[in-house]
Amino acid sequence: MDHARIDGELLDIAQAFKDSSVQEVLDELDHQLVGLQEVKTRIREIAAFLLVDRLRREVGLTAERPVLHMCFTGRPGTGKTTVAMRMAQILHRLGYIRRDHLVVATRDDLVGQYVGHTAPKTKDVLKKAMGGLLFIDEAYYLYRRENERDYGQETIEILLQVMEQQREGLVVILAGYKERMDEFFRSNPGMRSRVAHHLDFPDFTPDELEQIAEMMLGQQMYFFTQPAREAFRAYLTRRMALPDFANARSVRNAIDRIKLRHANRIYSGSGPATREDLARIDATDILKSRVFQDLPGDPPSGEPAGAPSRVGERGKNAI
Amino acid sequence: MRVTQGTFSFLPDLTDEQIRKQVGYCLTNGWPVNVEFTDDPHPRNAYWEMWELPMFDLADPAAIMFEINACRKACPNHYIKVNGYDAAKGRETVALSFIVQRPKHEPGFRLARQEGPGRSIRYAVESYATGKPEGERYPESETGPRR
Repeated sequence: MDHARIDGELLDIAQAFKDSSVQEVLDELDHQLVGLQEVKTRIREIAAFLLVDRLRREVGLTAERPVLHMCFTGRPGTGKTTVAMRMAQILHRLGYIRRDHLVVATRDDLVGQYVGHTAPKTKDVLKKAMGGLLFIDEAYYLYRRENERDYGQETIEILLQVMEQQREGLVVILAGYKERMDEFFRSNPGMRSRVAHHLDFPDFTPDELEQIAEMMLGQQMYFFTQPAREAFRAYLTRRMALPDFANARSVRNAIDRIKLRHANRIYSGSGPATREDLARIDATDILKSRVFQDLPGDPPSGEPAGAPSRVGERGKNAI
Repeated sequence: MRVTQGTFSFLPDLTDEQIRKQVGYCLTNGWPVNVEFTDDPHPRNAYWEMWELPMFDLADPAAIMFEINACRKACPNHYIKVNGYDAAKGRETVALSFIVQRPKHEPGFRLARQEGPGRSIRYAVESYATGKPEGERYPESETGPRR
């Protein structure tokens, strides 16, 4: 009798996993994100834990909802937002949040300008995110140690309250640079204890960046010639040495500019262009980049004139 | 006497789960929702006090439940209703309005007769509760008819 019950539940696990279609999201994550092995493993672990937890609750083994708030640390362009979007899908499919929407907020969206402005502003964002996932980018800006009357503290208190209750089905992900997030947690121990999962996003290696570039080009129906591939590798080494290098985001912006130069070359070139010409990226398209022209007295900005500023580089789909 | 105003008011009071579903229905239709409260019940009093601002661009009823509960906490013995406003061109009106909380004891209405010219009679209804000033009409301690 007892065995039969356990057998039945064993079957349930496989069925529940299938029903939740979490595997699809995990596979997508594997396909769409280059590298990030550790992050992927952690997410798999979290997904497994949540599935088992749900089953445990179904058979009455535990009553408390697990803490789901997370912290994603890593340098810009390492895929934090992309992973957060996948996380929303996973949590939604496992039934921990009611919809798979992701609300991205920064300090500006949460903290007010004057007394009494912060609480309604923060609440507004929280209300928009309820039932889904709130992604707070560069969360350490919420706390400013140099100014004890900073309104960010108020936001943190409201956040803590909502994170603690968990009644409204809101999951918060804090994101930012590793060192500064660590400092943020040191100054806000309450926050640290309410965040269950800390995921660190390592920088991409040059090989991975190349893979990302190839993948982006493939999606947009372009391809590199062999010399172009080598030129791009050279471009990456130079670009990575620049101070404002933002991993996958920089790669995407580089590709956008390469596409511009490619179009310009086709446009100003003589004679008709073939279908292949329209998709092929030559080494010249890459070598014209500013990164290759380190003229004396010219600050190595890495961005050609009129390129988007660092703020403009922020994007949703860093992959 | 139960005040019947808005949708569902002849039904037993809605549970929170039912309220959540009705609010969810508003949101799926894209209607902004707001919360209102009053202690001045009257069949013709449609203008209640607004609780905070109307809520736009929300995805999930949890946010509105949050405000309803905040309003309940602030006004534990008032009438509270939820409105869903349809802004679609041509409609532009409250599409759904229902009471989510009522005082524990509703004393009902008095019918007042006024003698008019030529022995005509004008009628008026007046809530027994409105005899007292605003805010004192439904004391928190009052849980039912005193006998």
